[in-house]
Amino acid sequence: MHEMAVCNELLAQVRASAVQHGARSVATITVRIGALSGVEPDLLERAFTIARAGDYTDQARLVIETIGVRIRCRACGNENDAAANRLLCSACGGYTVDLVGGDELLLASIELQGIPDAERSNQGENAQGENSYV
Amino acid sequence: MCETCGCSIPGHEHPEPADTHTVEVLKGLMSSNDHAAAHNREHFDRSGVLVVNLMSSPGAGKTRLLEQTAAGLGGRLNIAVIEGDLETENDAERLRRGGIRAHQITTGSACHLDAHLIHRALHEFPLADEQGAVDILFIENVGNLVCPAAFDLGQHLNVVLLSTTEGDDKPAKYPVMFRAADLVVVSKCGLLPMLDDFSVDRARASLAGLGNETPVIQTAAGRQPDITDWIAWLEARRAEHPATAEERAPATQTA
Repeated sequence: MHEMAVCNELLAQVRASAVQHGARSVATITVRIGALSGVEPDLLERAFTIARAGDYTDQARLVIETIGVRIRCRACGNENDAAANRLLCSACGGYTVDLVGGDELLLASIELQGIPDAERSNQGENAQGENSYV
Repeated sequence: MCETCGCSIPGHEHPEPADTHTVEVLKGLMSSNDHAAAHNREHFDRSGVLVVNLMSSPGAGKTRLLEQTAAGLGGRLNIAVIEGDLETENDAERLRRGGIRAHQITTGSACHLDAHLIHRALHEFPLADEQGAVDILFIENVGNLVCPAAFDLGQHLNVVLLSTTEGDDKPAKYPVMFRAADLVVVSKCGLLPMLDDFSVDRARASLAGLGNETPVIQTAAGRQPDITDWIAWLEARRAEHPATAEERAPATQTA
């Protein structure tokens, strides 16, 4: 299980981004995981609940967008969805295909809280945040 | 149950705090490893060394193949090995007994090598010795067909071993690993006459189902070794690899 190592890589990036933006905490982290990326969404989720402990990501939520395998046939140009271990053209049966999608391992976006500028314009609203982290 | 605070009061909501701000990133999730891998690759290219990442399940014969590789090359190329194992110095010692320069990384409980571990090893393991610069550096990854595939180390080529004592449908079971391969080596082929459940053709078909045309070669590295195709493949890859960064530069300028 290498998902813990992947998770630590992810969180290092997220924390760097939080510091760069002067944020107080991270609310949501959205990642895109392809079926051929070598990362299991369930295991990543479990690793995340352990790895997130720390200043910025203590209360963060992980959103995983999974992406299926899609291929384009080099022989006939047809595009179709495919199983991760059966990358064959559904039109001509060819096996020389290019992967169009499915190997993604992307940090898509981060929802940051308590960025100074935003905080200044919304001072009255701040008291309610149970999940804000100071 | 409320997903935010975990309490069981029905119908209450936690409004989105007004000071949230979404930042689009769209960057590789492994950027710290990938950065270290790029750094390693630069170092390899400056030294003109070809780096081959050897992966397989445990016991497929990676170390044995490397022992025979030194003999098969007959001194024509200078090779060195970085070994990855959870524990013990055994594999590196085995290779050293055969006269091969080897450095052992023990990962503890980690199931794969990553670019940071290789970077650290390179500080202790120079890419030149009394016989001159290393021509091919092998990285023998931790025996595992899952995790090593996700970590770029800075290598130039991935070689995956599939031994005849495993199932010939391994490519279909471990598509991520076998898709990453630049070459698949069917190892322990000396055993084929004794086995009734492994077909090299079925292994090829299983690999073809992954949608790429990865070459497949066969090796026997046991008592009656035959690794001719493997040695030929290595020498061909070495021959087409730029010896130094300087040699590489004019090629990129004319492109």
